[in-house]
Order: sequence, then structure tokens, then C-alpha cells
Amino acid sequence: MTEMMTVTAPKPPSDINKRSLPGSIILHVMLIIASIAMVYPLLWMVSASVRPQDEIFSSTSLIPSSVDFSSYVRGWFGLDISFGRFFWNSLVISVLTVTGNVVACSLAAYAFARLRFTGRNFWFAIMLGTLMIPYHVTLIPQYVLFLNLGWVNTILPLVVPKFLASDAFFIFLMVQFFRGIPRELDEAAMMDGCSAFRIYWKIMLPLSLPVLATAAIFSFIWTWDDFFGPLIYLNDMNTYTIQLGLRTFVDSTSASDWSGLFAMSTLTLVPVFFFFLFFQRLLIEGIATTGMKR
Amino acid sequence: MRTPAGAISVERYQGAVAEGRFRRLWNANAPGYLFLLPWLIGFFGLTLGPALISLYLSFTDFDMLRSPGWVGAANYVRIATADPKFSAAMHVTLTYVVLSVPFKLTFALLVAMALNRGVRGLPIYRAIFYLPSLLGGSVAIAVLWRQLFASDGLVNAALATVGIEGPSWISHPSYSIYTLVALSVWQFGSPMIIFLAGLRQIPQDMYEAASLDGASKFRQFYKITLPLLTPVIFFNAVVQTIDAFKAFTPAFIISGGTGGPINSTLFYTLYLYQEAFGNFRMGYASALAWILVLIIAVFTAFSFLTSRYWVHYDD
Repeated sequence: MTEMMTVTAPKPPSDINKRSLPGSIILHVMLIIASIAMVYPLLWMVSASVRPQDEIFSSTSLIPSSVDFSSYVRGWFGLDISFGRFFWNSLVISVLTVTGNVVACSLAAYAFARLRFTGRNFWFAIMLGTLMIPYHVTLIPQYVLFLNLGWVNTILPLVVPKFLASDAFFIFLMVQFFRGIPRELDEAAMMDGCSAFRIYWKIMLPLSLPVLATAAIFSFIWTWDDFFGPLIYLNDMNTYTIQLGLRTFVDSTSASDWSGLFAMSTLTLVPVFFFFLFFQRLLIEGIATTGMKR
Repeated sequence: MRTPAGAISVERYQGAVAEGRFRRLWNANAPGYLFLLPWLIGFFGLTLGPALISLYLSFTDFDMLRSPGWVGAANYVRIATADPKFSAAMHVTLTYVVLSVPFKLTFALLVAMALNRGVRGLPIYRAIFYLPSLLGGSVAIAVLWRQLFASDGLVNAALATVGIEGPSWISHPSYSIYTLVALSVWQFGSPMIIFLAGLRQIPQDMYEAASLDGASKFRQFYKITLPLLTPVIFFNAVVQTIDAFKAFTPAFIISGGTGGPINSTLFYTLYLYQEAFGNFRMGYASALAWILVLIIAVFTAFSFLTSRYWVHYDD
């Protein structure tokens, strides 16, 4: 199903669509209006975060009458535990998840793409099958398991599975990429007596930096944004991630502090926005070639 | 068994062969399985094992306090016949799927087609349209949405400028689901990128030939673009539908975890969460999970079966 998504290099637009000047202007005007409509809520949120409280609900414009950054300080310390703690927790979980995904998934992907062993196709089919299973089916037994291991209220239930390649989607992504690396390279190395691990480490990984980076960035963003996992496994506020912190902030009495809420909302989006700015090409190629859902 | 002197015994010979075979098997397979080991442990310990246990639990009254007691198909029977909240959740989820997926894909296709006409600044537009997709899954966006559609929120303020008094979208049971649909449609960016990639695969000479033959733009769309794009449309539709069935965060944040008002945003997964982690009816929640799998499986199978009547594969 996903193979058909593979695309060739983008072709430059053909002249057949070269349009008249008025047509081109109309198209641009429409696209610009649509773009503004798309980002308006986001810009509005940023502007609401520095706006005087009484103006938030009365104004649809983006320009505040006065700019006041104190909402960021108020929001940061708006709960019993500061957002610094939540950011740190989210960062630790995200970095460990990225590490786990990149290491475990690339190991498995190397086996599927390059090594010959009995049952390879069978396991590959099983791996693809697991992509279809909604996580709700394994949720409850996993919860009971981690509860009995004493892992609830620690980051372990969120991180350890990643080191067991539980995000099989990235295995698939990497297999596709590894298959495109010329076989002559590792066959030559094998002739020279290189072990499978050395080939993986010295040849495959260095040549696969684009796909490793794509996997790393997507797994960072997905983990950073994850709400369901932390909601289930983290009940102690000291262990909260920013998504949980934000949700608590909404529910708390300080919810009347709208500018503080929007200040913290804006801050939680900053890392994802950073990846968007600097790695846009990788993100867009990742989606175009594999059909990721977001 | 008589053995000629000087020759190795048959047993020893066979033993040596077996050992050699074992060594060969080991040498051929060990590296592969070693590399696969983390995934295999994860597959058995975190996927297959738990899935089987959850299937078992779905036939029990497990509540985390006492050990699970077998109740037969009682959970499934109750889901099918005597659970108004299940019907509500089904209704909400299907409404969400049926409204959000077609709108999202239509927007994605329209914008992709507009961008595919050799527009200058394509990367900038594409990036702007993609941004909501990337940010949309976070709590911050759900929080923002809750404010946008509040009775004194941005949407109503905008409506007020043209003299319309908008309702309280979020807290009105007839409208709340539409705010979630709007949130989903707003995130049309990633299917749009996939459509763009698909549109670029269509050979331009087809359009050239068609326009030489005097085919109108509309006819070209209907006879060339649409048929050649069906594999991509199919892919996007399946992925987005499955994803819509699993939606959770926006409904949780917008309704404060209740699925209200009056169950109007009680997404299926939200109901499952409430049963499992609010009421600790783990057996019942497991049955709900398996029903979800069944629904998704039936939908997927149905899509693939019907696909051969409308999806055009060029091979």
C-alpha cells in the first residue's frame, strides 16, 4: 500500500500551466488569503499571550494595544510546580525516545533489509501487521504489566518500549531507505571479512543519516506532543510532561489567567516550530515518500 | 551395525553432519536474529502477549482489584444491546469520521491542485499549509481551539463584526462536534503534501494531448487527474479514516475529559479511557478495544475490496 507513495524527484512545473498575469494574480491572492486564515489562530494565540487581560476576548486583531511579557512569568510559575520542571521531563522523555527509536529500529531494519536468515519474510510481514493494530488493544495489559513492575509514575513505560522498537513504523521507513543503498558496498566489505555489525555501524548508518534524521525528528515531535501516554502513566505532578502541565493549567483555578495560559501554550509549541523552521525539507519529504499522517 | 575398520561410524558421521548442519544454521541465522532481538522481545512482550491477554480480559470482569473472573460474552452483549454510552460514542465517532475525512481530503486536494500549477513561492505556501498539521496534535492547539469557539471567543467576535450572534459552540451539544471537525479539517496539510507528490507523477503530456483535442479544464480534471490520482486518494482516505477513529486529545481537552456536553464529544477512545482508567472496568474496556479493532479491520477490508472497482493502478 505504501510503495505506491514513493515519488521520483519533483519535476519543474511545465509551461502548459503558464498562465496569464491576471490569472496568476488571482491565484496568489486566493492562496495568500487562505494562508492568512490558516495561521491566523496561531498568530492570535501568540499575540493573546502578551495582551492585557481585558483585551483578549474583545479583540479580533493581532496587534495588542500594549505588550506585556509578564504573562510568561506568571504562567511559568502558575502551578505548584514550575513549567521548568515539565519542560525538563518532556525533554528527557523525548531525547530517550529518539535514542531508542533510532537505535532499535535501525538494528531491526538492517536485519530486514540486508541479512539473510530463515523466517525473514515471515517476521517482516508480522512487523508490517503490527503497524495496523491500534495501540488500544495492548494498552490495558501493558498498563497492568508496568504497574506490577512498579514503573507507573516513572518515565520507564514511555521510554523502555522504544528501545524494543515498539514504533515499528520507523523500521519500515528505514528498511525502505536501506534497500536503496548499493549492495556492492556491504558485499565488498563482507568479502574483506567485515562482520555484520561492523557493516551496519561503519557503512549503513553513516550512509543513512537522512532517514535517521527524519525518524529522529518525527519521533521527537510525536513524543513531545504525546498526551495519552503521559496521561496514563504519570500521575505525580513532579513527573508531568508539558502537555500534562498545560492540561492541569487549563483545569486549575488560574484558568482565568488567559494570557498566562496562552503564554505557556506558545512555549510548548516552540520546539516543534523550531524543527519546522530548520528541517522542513526532511519533514515534507518524509511525508511525501511514506505517507505519514502528520 | 557393522562398521568397516578405519571408517567413521555412521552414528558419528551423522552426528558430525547434524553438528555441521546446526553450525551452518547458526552461522546463517544468528546475526539476523541478533539484530532483530530487541524488536522480537518487544513484539512478544509488548504486542502479541498483551494483545492475547487483552482478548482474554475482554471476556472477564477484571477491575484491577480482584483477579479476573470469566463472564463469557457478557461484555460484548452489553456493548451491543444495553450500553447507551457506547451508542453515543459510536454516533459521535462516526459523525466525526464521516464529516472530517471528506472535508479534509477535499481541501487537501483543492489546495494541492492550486499549488501544482507552477505557482511561484510554492515552498512557502506548502510550508504554511503544512504547519497546522504538525502542531495540531498538541494540547496547546486544543486549548486554543477551546478559546476560539467559546461563547466570547474569537470566532464569535469575528461573527459579531458582521452582525451575527454566534452560539456557544463548545458548550452546545449540537455544535461542539463541529468544532472538532473544524480542528481536524484545519490540519489538511499532510494529505495535501501527499496529493502534491501524487499530482507530480501525472505526465504533463497527457494534459497537453487533451487540450490539443479540445478537452476543457474540468474534463481534464475529471478524465485525467482524478482517475490517475485514485491510488493516492485511496491511501489518504484509509489513513485519515483510521486516524479519525483513534482521535483522543482534542476531545479530551475541549470537554475537560468528560466527553460532554451530553456526550456530544464522547469520542470512542475517550469512552474507552473513561471505562479503563476512570471506572477501572478493565475487562469491559478491553472488549471496547477489540470492538474498535474489529471496526477498523472491517472498514479496511471493505476499502480494499471495493478499491478494485474505483482505484486505477497504472501497471
